[in-house]
Amino acid sequence: MLETKDILETINMIDNENLDVRTITMGISLLDCMDENIDKASGRVYDKVCRYAQDLVKTGEDIEKEYGIPIINKRISVTPIGMVAAPCQSKNVVKFAKSLDKAAKNLGVNFIGGYSALVQKGFSAGDYAVIDSIPEALAVTERVCSSVNIGSTKAGLNMDAVKMMGKIVKQTAEKTADRDCIGAAKLVVFCNAPEDNPFMAGAFHGAGESDCVINVGVSGPGVVRAALAKDGAGKSIDEIADMVKKTAFKITRMGQLVAKEASKRLCVPFGIVDLSLAPTPAVGDSVAYILEEMGLESCGCHGTTAALALLNDAVKKGGVMASSHVGGLSGAFIPVSEDAGMISAAKKGALDITKLECMTAVCSVGLDMIVVPGDISAETISAIIADEAAIGMVNSKTTAVRLIPAIGKKAGDDLNFGGLLGTGPVMPIRKGNADVFINRGGRLPAPLQSLKN
Amino acid sequence: MKAIITVVGKDKVGILAKVSAACANADVNIIEVTQSVLQDMFAMTMMVEIKKGDIELDALREKLEKVGEETSTKIHVMHEDIFNSMHRI
Repeated sequence: MLETKDILETINMIDNENLDVRTITMGISLLDCMDENIDKASGRVYDKVCRYAQDLVKTGEDIEKEYGIPIINKRISVTPIGMVAAPCQSKNVVKFAKSLDKAAKNLGVNFIGGYSALVQKGFSAGDYAVIDSIPEALAVTERVCSSVNIGSTKAGLNMDAVKMMGKIVKQTAEKTADRDCIGAAKLVVFCNAPEDNPFMAGAFHGAGESDCVINVGVSGPGVVRAALAKDGAGKSIDEIADMVKKTAFKITRMGQLVAKEASKRLCVPFGIVDLSLAPTPAVGDSVAYILEEMGLESCGCHGTTAALALLNDAVKKGGVMASSHVGGLSGAFIPVSEDAGMISAAKKGALDITKLECMTAVCSVGLDMIVVPGDISAETISAIIADEAAIGMVNSKTTAVRLIPAIGKKAGDDLNFGGLLGTGPVMPIRKGNADVFINRGGRLPAPLQSLKN
Repeated sequence: MKAIITVVGKDKVGILAKVSAACANADVNIIEVTQSVLQDMFAMTMMVEIKKGDIELDALREKLEKVGEETSTKIHVMHEDIFNSMHRI
């Protein structure tokens, strides 16, 4: 018989500490949907997504009911549309975004990711068309998410793409200015993008993946924080790391159970469990509060990077034994607007974009959900992207930038996206410009560590 | 399939009886029960067996949640696998 203490611990995690499975994401390959005629191709995309994912939401809900575990989102990721659009003669590729949006609405999934282009070394015609259409695509659709990979440790940084993405991020915000610039919240610029990430907005289904796959993203910052709050007082750093590891193990085991069950019921191979600590705006479900529980007065003060490094590493170590395949981003996310603790630290002035950039060197992703003043120049956005991508490239890790220029607003104001995306205070950026550097274009060479063979 | 029922709340007369009666009505067999009363807090865990074709877990949960309301206790019904996967290697 199971011990009562263990049973009550699990129930308490779900009831009071926001433990949940954040997402079941079905990855679907669209490589067989290509056609010269864009209407035919986008029609095939719609049909295939609807056919493969027809039972996704229901299966998720069934598992939720049967096991009593909240499964917050059911989502879909697809092959980067930059590849699918390659043979199309028409360059009006927004049609693909509309098909994906329609399929998502029809199936009841809240996000569909993969309006993406992988251009770390250079552009193909399809990639160009997709990137160029991102502002419109994210303005006319509701559930489509977009990402662009502009660099990797192996390829270096495509500085032409970096330059282009500064403009695209700004235009995307401008086109959705009447809706709190929500478009930019669905656009991620990556370096070293993982091909099996189940989390939005950066999810896409890589070309090396099988035709269809189930990836699961677990969560649980609230559980880690509660464990530290309960037993962490007076403990050394080693013991804190052990507590995080043990908690991450338990959380990931639950994710693995759900992933296996979903894969069995949908007759789709199981891909990976992504064991990320993903915060939500709910009070208590915050990564910043975990760092504060470790002994920081406020997230963002000196010591934050070290505490985050400990957390990110311990989460991986605890989770990796709990699942047969760990992948995606796996670590701790630090999206400012989605994390109650980060929002409050930013409002107090304890957390700024410079400190966040340092933190991204040791967290699992990058500058995430950061609202910047609306008058920021496209070149400055590009420069922020370049800085962040350089950190990823040199450290052989994924980094990403999801900035939201708050059109018509300045530092001190707020943007309110609602739901999981939360509320973001407009954060000031550093002075000076890098216009000449960004406008040079070209490719930033891959670092020496790319030559591992 | 096995499920775990937990009941937590202020101790009073008839909690165990009401929960067991609801299980019996639903044709659910109780395999094991552990119960403890600390001061006046009542905590009980039950392992039950639900045969295929009998009641769905979800329906059993609804019934027991009603019992929870009547007895002012918090009742959870969950699949055994969750606890096994979380607490056993």
